Amino acid sequence: MGSIADISLVLLSGLKITLIVLILSIIFSTLIALIAGLSRVSNNWLVSGFTGFYVEIFRGTSLIVQLFWFSYALPGLFNIHLGSDVWVAVLAISLNYGAYMSEIVRGAIQSVPAGQTEASIALNFTGFQRMRYIILPQAIRMMLPEYGNYIIQILKATSLVSLIGLTDLLYYGNIYRSTHLSEAPTVYILILAVYFLLALPLILLTRKMEKVAKKGVVHG
Amino acid sequence: MVAPIVQYKNVRKAFGDVEVLRGINLDITPGEKVALIGPSGSGKTTIIRLLMTLEEPSSGVIEVNGENLWQMKKGNKTFPADEKHLRAIRGDIGMVFQHFNLFPHMTILENCMLAPTIVKKKEKATVRATALEMLDKVGLADKVDLYPSQLSGGQKQRVAMARALMMKPKVMLFDEVTSALDPELVGEVLEVIRDLAKSGEMAMILVTHEMDFALDIADRVLFLNEGVIEEEGHPEEILVNPKSERLQEFLSRFTSSR
Ligand SMILES: Nc1ncnc2c1ncn2[C@@H]1O[C@H](COP(=O)(O)OP(=O)(O)O)[C@@H](O)[C@H]1O
Ligand SMILES: [Mg+2]
Repeated sequence: MGSIADISLVLLSGLKITLIVLILSIIFSTLIALIAGLSRVSNNWLVSGFTGFYVEIFRGTSLIVQLFWFSYALPGLFNIHLGSDVWVAVLAISLNYGAYMSEIVRGAIQSVPAGQTEASIALNFTGFQRMRYIILPQAIRMMLPEYGNYIIQILKATSLVSLIGLTDLLYYGNIYRSTHLSEAPTVYILILAVYFLLALPLILLTRKMEKVAKKGVVHG
Repeated sequence: MVAPIVQYKNVRKAFGDVEVLRGINLDITPGEKVALIGPSGSGKTTIIRLLMTLEEPSSGVIEVNGENLWQMKKGNKTFPADEKHLRAIRGDIGMVFQHFNLFPHMTILENCMLAPTIVKKKEKATVRATALEMLDKVGLADKVDLYPSQLSGGQKQRVAMARALMMKPKVMLFDEVTSALDPELVGEVLEVIRDLAKSGEMAMILVTHEMDFALDIADRVLFLNEGVIEEEGHPEEILVNPKSERLQEFLSRFTSSR
């Protein structure tokens, strides 16, 4: 059973990259989702149109292809270099998931009853104040459960970054397996276990957010 | 003659091909209480939504304090009103809705405090004191920390009134504020409005189906039918001695029910 300890140690060296990519991707995809979601409900058709274009492009193509694009095609074609591989991965994942998540932002904003907007117009709030104090706080409660699900999906998506050469969990697992072929099952069972352990707090968080959401959206 | 605080001048409103207001002319003097009655679909809600800037008139002019609500002047040219112009004028108008429209994510007290602190940028402690006073006046002193979902319909509507009053409007609009309530809760809401009407210098436009109530508090009653004001006058004149057959027919539906 010495090998389990050995394998774990090897995997551990990949954990750092996985965590960095995960955390940065969560932060940036959330920001992108908020900005894109708000832009899509904007009255300015240029803003909403351009954002719609972005969302459909990134939802309509696969994350793996986007990773390869940012990593190999952009530098080769246009001499655009996005910096280190970690940033390339974070950017691709964030733009991809930001596009999906912007749709839940948009949907939630649009499902806040019109009466809320009307009451806040009657109280003479500015457009920005209406969004900031009345609409968004209610919309965010509605989006929380779905948001949690996307965060878990982002974790799973981080396992793709080894394809552009990042030395994450899966990368080290594959390296170890290639030199210890007979231990392949143990390697992948351990990889599964580590991913599940990472997902566990996110799953619990999602549960909690579902509860908050249920409490928050009773109509006044 | 006191200058009117609100004037409608030949105001029309169409939704698509359907013209729902067909030339409304109406002056409201400061402090006047006007009851607006008429069959469902006659355009009552639309009339007050135009003044609250929730809808834009198709043609005609609405003035508040002599200022054109929906158009603004720059030099000697007129432009459609922008958000800034609308906000400058609608500060004088308040509205209470049929379905309350309280903010569900805030307590009763927070509902009342938000607009004065954010919109008028008043000091929080002062606003809080005023809000507590206002909520006490509408009989909800013991509910201030509850959320809207924890209140009855009548209580919600009283909160909605306190919230609107916090902004000290000169004209308050009431859109059938009791018609979403269980019958036994109507009285408590009318009581609050009655107190307001008797004590205040605030003008009111009340869309209502409570004829006894209108008779009691209104200075003037308007009968709206198919987008035009068909009869108007002193409450006794309109509600007790209606002239037109249509108004008689309309009123008979209410008297027969009690
Ligand atoms: N936003 C809207 N779009 C289309 N039609 C509307 C809209 N608002 C009101 N209407 C129509 O205008 C007419 C008058 O409505 P409303 O002012 O609500 O009447 P009332 O309050 O007297 O019942 C109705 O026929 C209604 O269907
Ligand atoms: Mg109505």
